[in-house]
Amino acid sequence: MSPKPLDYESLNENVKKVAYAVRGELYLRASELQKEGKKIIFTNVGNPHALGQKPLTFPRQVVALCQAPFLLDDPNVGLLFPADAIARAKHYLSMTSGGLGAYSDSRGLPGIRKEVAAFIERRDGYPSDPELIFLTDGASKGVMQILNTIIRNEKDGILVPVPQYPLYSATISLYGGSLVPYYLEEEANWGLDFHNIRQSVAAARSKGITVRAMVIINPGNPTGQCLSEANIRELLKFCFQENLVLLADEVYQQNIYQDERPFISARKILFDMGPPISKEVQIVSFHTVSKGYWGECGQRGGYFEMTNLPPQTVDEIYKVASVSLSPNVPGQIFLGLMVNPPKPGDISYLKFVVESKAVLESLRRRAHIMTDGFNSCRNVVCNFTEGAMYSFPQICLPPKAIEDAKKAGKAPDVFYCLKLLEATGISTVPGSGFGQKEGVFHLRTTILPAEEEMPAIMASFKKFNDEFMEQYEDYRGYSRM
Amino acid sequence: MGSTQSPPVTFNSINPKVLKCEYAVRGEIVSHAQRLQQELQTKPDCYPFDEILYCNIGNPQSLGQLPVTFFREVLALCDHPSILDKSETHALFSSDAIARARQILDLIPGRATGAYSHSQGIKGLRDAIAAGITARDGFPANADDIFLTDGASPAVHMMMQLLIRSEKDGILCPIPQYPLYSASIALHGGSLVPYYLDEAAGWGLEVSEVKKQLEDARSKGIAVRAIVVINPGNPTGQVLAEGNQREIVEFCKKESLVLLADEVYQENIYVENKKFNSFKKIARSMGCGEKDLSLVSFQSVSKGYYGECGKRGGYMEVTGFGADVREQIYKLASVNLCSNISGQILASLVMNPPKVGYESYESFTAEKNGILSSLARRAKALEDAFNSLEGVTCNKAEGAMYLFPRLHLPRKAIEAAKAVNAAPDAFYARRLLDATGIVVVPGSGFGQVPGTWHFRCTILPQENKIPAIITRLKAFHESFMGEFCD
Repeated sequence: MSPKPLDYESLNENVKKVAYAVRGELYLRASELQKEGKKIIFTNVGNPHALGQKPLTFPRQVVALCQAPFLLDDPNVGLLFPADAIARAKHYLSMTSGGLGAYSDSRGLPGIRKEVAAFIERRDGYPSDPELIFLTDGASKGVMQILNTIIRNEKDGILVPVPQYPLYSATISLYGGSLVPYYLEEEANWGLDFHNIRQSVAAARSKGITVRAMVIINPGNPTGQCLSEANIRELLKFCFQENLVLLADEVYQQNIYQDERPFISARKILFDMGPPISKEVQIVSFHTVSKGYWGECGQRGGYFEMTNLPPQTVDEIYKVASVSLSPNVPGQIFLGLMVNPPKPGDISYLKFVVESKAVLESLRRRAHIMTDGFNSCRNVVCNFTEGAMYSFPQICLPPKAIEDAKKAGKAPDVFYCLKLLEATGISTVPGSGFGQKEGVFHLRTTILPAEEEMPAIMASFKKFNDEFMEQYEDYRGYSRM
Repeated sequence: MGSTQSPPVTFNSINPKVLKCEYAVRGEIVSHAQRLQQELQTKPDCYPFDEILYCNIGNPQSLGQLPVTFFREVLALCDHPSILDKSETHALFSSDAIARARQILDLIPGRATGAYSHSQGIKGLRDAIAAGITARDGFPANADDIFLTDGASPAVHMMMQLLIRSEKDGILCPIPQYPLYSASIALHGGSLVPYYLDEAAGWGLEVSEVKKQLEDARSKGIAVRAIVVINPGNPTGQVLAEGNQREIVEFCKKESLVLLADEVYQENIYVENKKFNSFKKIARSMGCGEKDLSLVSFQSVSKGYYGECGKRGGYMEVTGFGADVREQIYKLASVNLCSNISGQILASLVMNPPKVGYESYESFTAEKNGILSSLARRAKALEDAFNSLEGVTCNKAEGAMYLFPRLHLPRKAIEAAKAVNAAPDAFYARRLLDATGIVVVPGSGFGQVPGTWHFRCTILPQENKIPAIITRLKAFHESFMGEFCD
């Protein structure tokens, strides 16, 4: 029999190189255990609604009405939907030609892009051009589109923070580029070290790599740190000097849990810095409906905004977007609602504010509970989650544990996380999935489990961890768990 | 440093594959139409027409087609599940829609439609789709073989990504084809190996022609990995005969090709003597199982009678691949986490519509038949209209949503086109737009036998507009031919 036309050997090599640990080994093992009846707490992905966070009421009312516009003419519609939701549904439907079921402009509905531009202007104090805002099926698709535009071959390098959200490493592998790492300094609260960044760039260039772009994730994922204004200024100057386009992943901009460093967009700071730099540095900024206090991951709504990209390049990006016809329209409407939420005086305003605040305040409390919980554990050190949705504790594994891991054919943090999963049902992602310094181990968990359940979860973790550490640090004991 | 260099992302430094990729469906002529439309808004009398009629794209609801009520009821309830338990809801929604919404939400952990799902899509929805495929084909389908995607297009991209290693990997595509295929192959750096459909034989697919092209490509050192078959065809509309399909299956088996079966128009059939048979059904009925044929079947919520383009719902059913390849497909799907949940729900509804006995069955069936019979009438009316024009021949649209008439243009017209550096069909299409506001896509956007000219026109404008469209078309064509007759 002839060999199969597509077998593992004949697959695109770039596909084989892709790794995306967020839904990798640990998640698959956790899913297996769940099927066997074990209770699993999935903290592997930033997926708030899966852990009990409720959707905000107003957007769901509006989108439900948009799905079923015949309801709008029904005399009974007011029994179930408030007047402002009805008005807003009409507003969004009027932006479409044919409602939710028609392909929109490949860049997204012009009316919603205008709302996004208005939001950016209010947030930053500088005008934004809707023509330079493209809506996408989630921010991830936008990231992939932009990286595909930049990467020509393996000689094109993209600076990526380590640790990073592995969409970046996966996409760079897929498109055959080179990842140029720059390490965040754990001891300095996951801060930037420009000396180190310059060294990385120089090392890459000496290997013949053209460094094209720099990714920043602010607030950070998995690390949570919020960049200061000074940080961002330095980054922009760096990009200006080294001729890099800045890819600013700002999807967690509404998830800020400290008051010293509020979120400031990279674009705002660029414009604050004035010419020539403000006219030269290219930025692509990403945002989404999946995070913040909305957590509407399943809608796949997002956008990117381009700054200082030449018109021809924008046209090419538009051309590629047009091949996929259009982003999903309900997701676009969620985005419109996110950037243009109910205002004071609106019927739904109070409820909306109460719901939003509850989520954000709880997230802030959970950020503390988790950080403190990890820091109370033996051999665990954890930086505070200043923003985003994750905790990234460092686990100082004893040498015997590392040995046992090797014997089991697993990376040490994978070994630890698998044991944690089997013992407690807590499904995390090993730090190796995000990148870390050699010999330093972490895991990523989310701060999303329900607040009431957090103390029990942290207690369960502590029990497992402290026993594990005792076991492996016990030189008389027989190290087998 | 800094401003003395050219910026990092310019036209000259972007990925050349991006530059190479083309997609005429939303190309130049459409941009021009949009400009005209904007002008019409400010100066309504500036052109000899009142409105732009977009016949360039299979986007039914943008031209007035209404969505299927039952589907929208269920989707609305799934978007806002908190109203399911309210008594007032029964005043606004049919009870079987409420029941279906409950049943679907029970398949979703925590009823959380805002959560990322399994990367292949919600298991219970895949089960429902598998059951729908089984009922359609009479052969079993497996939920684990299904990957729900944001429309069929991302699924096509995924397969191209897996198959194409370099420009030495070729994918057989029909000419004419839907330019997603040529664009995707270009974007992923592969080679398109064309096989020509036979216009004189109703756009028939001759396996001998495919074989010739395959051998020709191989002799040039191309490893031909897969064949795309679009059934019903786009832009050509032909529905393959069963015998033809069996030949194709045998051919793929023999030549070790992945069969990429684009079946998004499976519910759009307008002729009595043909019916849709999925390639999976044909293969299984020939005794071709997983060991014999690697098959990927694509379906979408954008077409059929539901026309839900803006929802971005679809799936691919993947059979006949080893476990290690399947893992890689899953891995790719997982990087994007999952497709939009509302689209997933819609795909399950499309594959499992209301049945006899449902409260909504009669109204659903009336809506469905209304749309399909209207499409059939419009297909015929426009086909006849095109055939009545001097120098135009048009094959029947047996299915899908398009007509692809051939223009036998006078020499003077061809020269006039050359003089302005335009392909003759693009020249004609532009003149048509400027005179009538009707937007069609030049045949070069789909591929055609060199030296022949066509354009693709959808059959989607509302039925009551068709007579006026035909009148305008005829008037324009007569005037055009008058201007350029030899």
